[in-house]
Amino acid sequence: MQVTLWGTRGSIAAPGPETARYGGNTSCVGVVGPEGTMLVLDAGTGIRRLGANVPESVSRIDIFLTHLHMDHIQGLGFFAPLYREDLDVHVWGPGSATMRLAARLRRYLSPPLFPVSLSELPCRLTFHEVPASECDIGEFRVRSALVCHPGPTVGYRITQPDGAALAYLPDHEPALAALRFPSLPRAWTSGADLAADADLLIHDGQYSADEYACHCGWGHSSLDQALAFGGLAGVKRFVPFHHDPAHTDADIDRMTAEAIEAGRPEFPVTPWTEGTTLQL
Amino acid sequence: MTPPKRAISPKPVQVMLARQLASSMAMPILIVDPEGTLIFFNEPAELILDQRFEETGEMGADEWSVLFAVSDEERQPIAMAERPTMLAISERKPISRTVWMLCREREWLHVIITAIPLIGEQREFLGVQMFFWEI
Repeated sequence: MQVTLWGTRGSIAAPGPETARYGGNTSCVGVVGPEGTMLVLDAGTGIRRLGANVPESVSRIDIFLTHLHMDHIQGLGFFAPLYREDLDVHVWGPGSATMRLAARLRRYLSPPLFPVSLSELPCRLTFHEVPASECDIGEFRVRSALVCHPGPTVGYRITQPDGAALAYLPDHEPALAALRFPSLPRAWTSGADLAADADLLIHDGQYSADEYACHCGWGHSSLDQALAFGGLAGVKRFVPFHHDPAHTDADIDRMTAEAIEAGRPEFPVTPWTEGTTLQL
Repeated sequence: MTPPKRAISPKPVQVMLARQLASSMAMPILIVDPEGTLIFFNEPAELILDQRFEETGEMGADEWSVLFAVSDEERQPIAMAERPTMLAISERKPISRTVWMLCREREWLHVIITAIPLIGEQREFLGVQMFFWEI
């Protein structure tokens, strides 16, 4: 599969010269399979550029939302393929205890917050609630599970036929309330089953250790916790994600170097810049 | 020779959070899964069970339920199926009952047991969390 980062930022878009390298767009990752199956992970502001790069030949797109915080859905209305009549768009995401996914999304995608209602979109739109049982989409197998983050939030594991797996947990606080982390086995650690032995883990690394102390319970990880999580899960490669909007490119470089020095992970850690593509 | 511990399956995140809560509480708390397997108990509960979770790991219903005797206020034994935990599992509603418990085969405790079913956002039954309150 081909994995492209279209938005790496968390919380709110943060464009500017100081964030130009890692990018200012919020969460969005494109995944394209060898047979052309196209998956989109989250619909932050990065999805706008992804939409501009969808070939006319594509007839189906599956959008997997981890949760419905604004930085993960804000770009949805600006995803140009939604305005194509000939396109099947499947949106997967968590409902809540009282509302289904479409109803929750409609709160944003309707006036006055957005001029176009979901029902007015020209594409053929289908909604799917997650977490659900494992499903096959084209050449991919997709698994979802609830993870530790405020409100209904899932992580995803995408596996291709040769077994190579991508784990995507952009908003995740597995260390919540733990005196030490990690101290429990995989089975008792949020997200660890999804990420187990993944070839690539894209994971929340929003804070430095000092910053996390002031943001415990906000649903995000420090970079050192994220690397420890990657070690527990046995991942082969790690991409920090959901960068704090206040962090400059220089901050991210420094934080990454410090976290690697402190944690000595046994896998490569690369904070990809916006637009980077990796072949898995 | 130590018997092998049960293989543990990945837990729902709500159950993970319930464990985190139990780990930071002073009152004894037990968590069982939908089949009645005891999947976690906190340190205060170790005094009731006379076992350490780190040593036992998960225990099937037939194993952990015999670690203490439960009687009603008249000291009449309560049948296994009528215990608050088992009722909470079978009826899927909260059960609270004042009982006498014989712990460690030598000490009677007068306690309120409250067993609360854990129901996930998709209405799935995840297990039961039991709180023990000594009177």
